[in-house]
Amino acid sequence: MSNVKEILFDPVFNNNPIGLQILGICSALAVTTQMSVALVMCIALTFVCAFSNLFISLIRNQIPSSIRIIVQMAIIASLVIVVDQILGAVAYETSKQLTVFVGLIITNCIVMGRAEAFAMQNPPVISFVDGVGNGLGYSIVLMVVATIRELFGSGSLFGFEVLTLVNNGGWYNPMGLMLLAPSAFFIIGLLIWALRSCKTEQIEEAEYEIGGHTALSRA
Amino acid sequence: MALRKFLDGIEPEFEKGGRYERWYAVYEAIDTILYTPGKLTATSSHVRDAVDLKRVMSTVWLCAFFPMFAGMYFTGLHATIAMEQMGIEQLAGWRGFIVELIAGYNPESWWHCVVYGAVFYVPIYIVTFAVGAFWEILFSIKRGHEINEGFFVTSILFSLIVPASIPLWQVALGISFGVVIGKEIFGGTGKNFLNPALTGRAFLFFAYPAEISGDAVWTAVDGFSGATPLGIAAISGMEGVTNAVTWMDAFIGNIQGSVGETSTLAIFIGGAILLITKTASWRIMLGVFLGMVGMSLIFNLVGSDTNPVFAMPWYWHLVLGGFAFGMVYMATDPVSASMTNTGKWIFGALIGVMCVLIRVINPAFPEGIMLAILFVNLCAPLIDWAVVRANIKRRVARGHR
Repeated sequence: MSNVKEILFDPVFNNNPIGLQILGICSALAVTTQMSVALVMCIALTFVCAFSNLFISLIRNQIPSSIRIIVQMAIIASLVIVVDQILGAVAYETSKQLTVFVGLIITNCIVMGRAEAFAMQNPPVISFVDGVGNGLGYSIVLMVVATIRELFGSGSLFGFEVLTLVNNGGWYNPMGLMLLAPSAFFIIGLLIWALRSCKTEQIEEAEYEIGGHTALSRA
Repeated sequence: MALRKFLDGIEPEFEKGGRYERWYAVYEAIDTILYTPGKLTATSSHVRDAVDLKRVMSTVWLCAFFPMFAGMYFTGLHATIAMEQMGIEQLAGWRGFIVELIAGYNPESWWHCVVYGAVFYVPIYIVTFAVGAFWEILFSIKRGHEINEGFFVTSILFSLIVPASIPLWQVALGISFGVVIGKEIFGGTGKNFLNPALTGRAFLFFAYPAEISGDAVWTAVDGFSGATPLGIAAISGMEGVTNAVTWMDAFIGNIQGSVGETSTLAIFIGGAILLITKTASWRIMLGVFLGMVGMSLIFNLVGSDTNPVFAMPWYWHLVLGGFAFGMVYMATDPVSASMTNTGKWIFGALIGVMCVLIRVINPAFPEGIMLAILFVNLCAPLIDWAVVRANIKRRVARGHR
């Protein structure tokens, strides 16, 4: 069973889809201004990723290799539509805030990547676990980013005011940049920096050596 | 030279294997600030002059003193006039204490104005310098770099492009972002493709728009509201600008704006020294100027019924906002600009064009020089690449003839 555990938790830190593979960045930028919205997105993606892995793995031996991407897309798209409809019925407000990004789970590189790279070669149960694991890896980065952005951008967590804003008679001056998409780039970049400082084996090999500051220091 | 002896005496402690090996960067920085660096080019060189990074950076730093003193004077002048208008008797807190101790609130006395400006500007500079130096030293020690005078320039330029009334914690945050994200993560001095001072300011601009743009921030008196001429132009066009200020006012610096950007005259004095000493590239400066003139002439010709800024002539573009400061001190940053001579022309012209384009076309930004320079900074390597390729192509073609 240690194998299952590894497949489940490896994508969280050791092989994080956002942190190491730099996949699924688009939605990480778009839906992380509020924690509640980000959480719904995480659940939706984990659901789609897990079940698409499961279903694709179930029929992996029947899929002709030449049209496998189309088949995968059909399965993923159906799942995304299901998620979209459920969200629209259960959490209408949140689904409106997520706008197109639920629909865009179809194109999320993590889902496609796991289906192609893992589910096509592995049995159903373990594929399902892999989907959940990658969903978790995605979720943890998204939630950390959303926590930072909501806390510093709006002074709140899950909509509850933690730092009282100046506008409401408090002391905290919200950082407008945190509500803009570029801030997520900076935060994700710094997270990756932190992650690779802790886990040095994730550092990629340099493509070339940066020279010294002077001709002398290079010599 | 007792000091030289002392420094030489403690040097072994900081070298490899010494007790304070980790702090070598700090030792090296202090040594080279006090003395000329001992290291010389060992191989055959084609350098015509003894000029080094230290002297280049120190020249820029000293040249930035002209707009700095002019900025302090006009900050004080505007503030004291505003105080008279609003009937405010004195400045609260420690700033007021210092002003009253050595000067007063008389707008006619240049000394009073400079002191008033200084109590706002000097803390900004101290915070910029201290916080920026902290990051610089941290990264230098961690990565074994040298600390060099480049930071003198970054710090003074950054402190000159913020409004005088900015809260000091925002200054600290801005320079931290500029130094760490704008420079250090790319490898430190010489490796940054963005101008660190402008990166820091852009961060503040988007993070705290209320404190760094709008009408209320430019005069260092609480509650006084005065729009910058460019802000006026965006609303009521050239007529509004000429009603508010004369061209001469704008040229000398008697307008609303960030501390160092207002006085075009002082900037040009500094700029002239930079050009005479060949510290800054005249190609870039002229390129920026020509790009701005060309683009504003085009807009003048095209004209517009709905957008009054179209009609702003080039000699107004030159003296308003941060254009002159950006042209002289920011665009000419040798690291983030293009390296090739042809590239410098293109680089400069693109900045001038972009600046006018943003000022005139984009209603969200009355001023465009900051974004223009940052944008063209990103293009600089591409420009160089194209210039080099074109040259190779030309020479190959010549060979085939």
